[in-house]
Amino acid sequence: MSVTLPDTATPATRHGLLHGLSGEAPDPGIEAHHERWGVLRQGKAGLIDQLDASGLAGHGGAWFPVATKWKAVARAGRRGAVVVANGAEGEPASKKDGFLLTHAPHLVLDGLVAAATALHARRAIAYVPSTHARGVERAVAERRSLNLDPIAIEVVESPDTFLAGQESAVVSALSGRRSAVPAFVGISSVRERGVGGRPTLVQNVETLAHVALVARFGATWFRQLGTDRNPGTMLLTVDRGDGPVIVEGVLGSPLPATLGLTSQDLASVRGVLLGGYGGGWISPEIFARLTLSEKAARAAGTTLGAGVVALLPAHVCPLAELADVTRYMEGQGAGQCGPCVHGLADLADAMERLAYGGPHGLNTDRVLEVCNLVEGRGADTHPDGVARFVRTGLGAFAEEVAAHRGRGACRGTRAARVLPTGSTTAGRRLVSRA
Amino acid sequence: MSRRGLELIVDPVACDGRGVCAEILPERIELDRWGYPLIEGEIAPVLYDNAVRAVRACPRQALHLVERAC
Repeated sequence: MSVTLPDTATPATRHGLLHGLSGEAPDPGIEAHHERWGVLRQGKAGLIDQLDASGLAGHGGAWFPVATKWKAVARAGRRGAVVVANGAEGEPASKKDGFLLTHAPHLVLDGLVAAATALHARRAIAYVPSTHARGVERAVAERRSLNLDPIAIEVVESPDTFLAGQESAVVSALSGRRSAVPAFVGISSVRERGVGGRPTLVQNVETLAHVALVARFGATWFRQLGTDRNPGTMLLTVDRGDGPVIVEGVLGSPLPATLGLTSQDLASVRGVLLGGYGGGWISPEIFARLTLSEKAARAAGTTLGAGVVALLPAHVCPLAELADVTRYMEGQGAGQCGPCVHGLADLADAMERLAYGGPHGLNTDRVLEVCNLVEGRGADTHPDGVARFVRTGLGAFAEEVAAHRGRGACRGTRAARVLPTGSTTAGRRLVSRA
Repeated sequence: MSRRGLELIVDPVACDGRGVCAEILPERIELDRWGYPLIEGEIAPVLYDNAVRAVRACPRQALHLVERAC
């Protein structure tokens, strides 16, 4: 293994991604970026080994080891790979990728160019929502004028749909296929045959920002934060019912503490959604003891996903929140698979009856049956995510379910919804605990 | 190459729930409440011929007989 010393002086302190980003509108320009992090000299040998040693895993939601993915593309890469910075943050409750694109676009682009260089790629594409495309194009123009990169970065706009960021949907869209929907998986991987039939690396923008740090300062420095098994940090979008806040949490640390939440804060919380709309609900008691790691989230029946943490305040009706998100998710399905189309419609109908119907005997066992019927039967994991969302929701809010069944819709259903089901405000403020 | 057993899989995008497969291979395929196949994947040698017939009979060519992954 070759270890190359970085050119930029390595800071003694291990900074997080949000280092130096303070105030309401920090300067996203290249000068401010270089002041914060120094210039990254591209093309140093041994980056994939460093990524391997860093333990960095993907922050788009799948937590797949980055080095493993890069090696697969490198092996298939004789025909000229394509690398994609995936900023298509389809999850309405997640704002961290957009935050990074507007506040630190150059860290993302550094990582994208590092990937392109290490994999000898012939194309480097920033795939971002239209709301962020102008800013990213500005950043790309800045880099071009400084002749910073050995490869031209293309900026392509992603559609504003839940599944837009799904790997195979990204590849379809960039290959000029009609719709940005996932294809039947399991035949061949996009790592071997992706955009235009070329080996393709699709990597979440936050992941690439972490890559930019490893490329600058190496794996040992990267591992100064986090634990052995959960090295580094992650961006989280935290919503306590008053809008999204971006927080950088240290992996392996106690989750409520890393979010700055006290037990008093948690006392008024009704339930916690972890991992977004493809994630799951946990009780405030379980959340209070949770460690920030994918393994711990899995053990609690959910996933960290792309880092969404939504805490439902006492005045809202959790069942109305569940019903509206389930209906939204039904509409966001690719509409390709029968069990998903029928199953998600049935789930949305049932959840709406439960939330808004009069007193009735809706059998939640029947809802759980439908959850079982849609799981594992789609071309993608969309139905599985919805099933987990509904199942864990019914479990976490069993008291509310009983109350609605006995007395009909509660007053909370008339309050405004907390969970977004469409484009809403960007993530505001930021809290760096790293 | 070692024989690892065969398994039926359905391409959920191609399948539109015609239900032909369940008629040919009821031992391994039943239809859910919407008419889409629920498959008990592993195909014992005694069922092999019928599994192949089911694959060939699918009007959407959505059914595939593949070697088990592990």
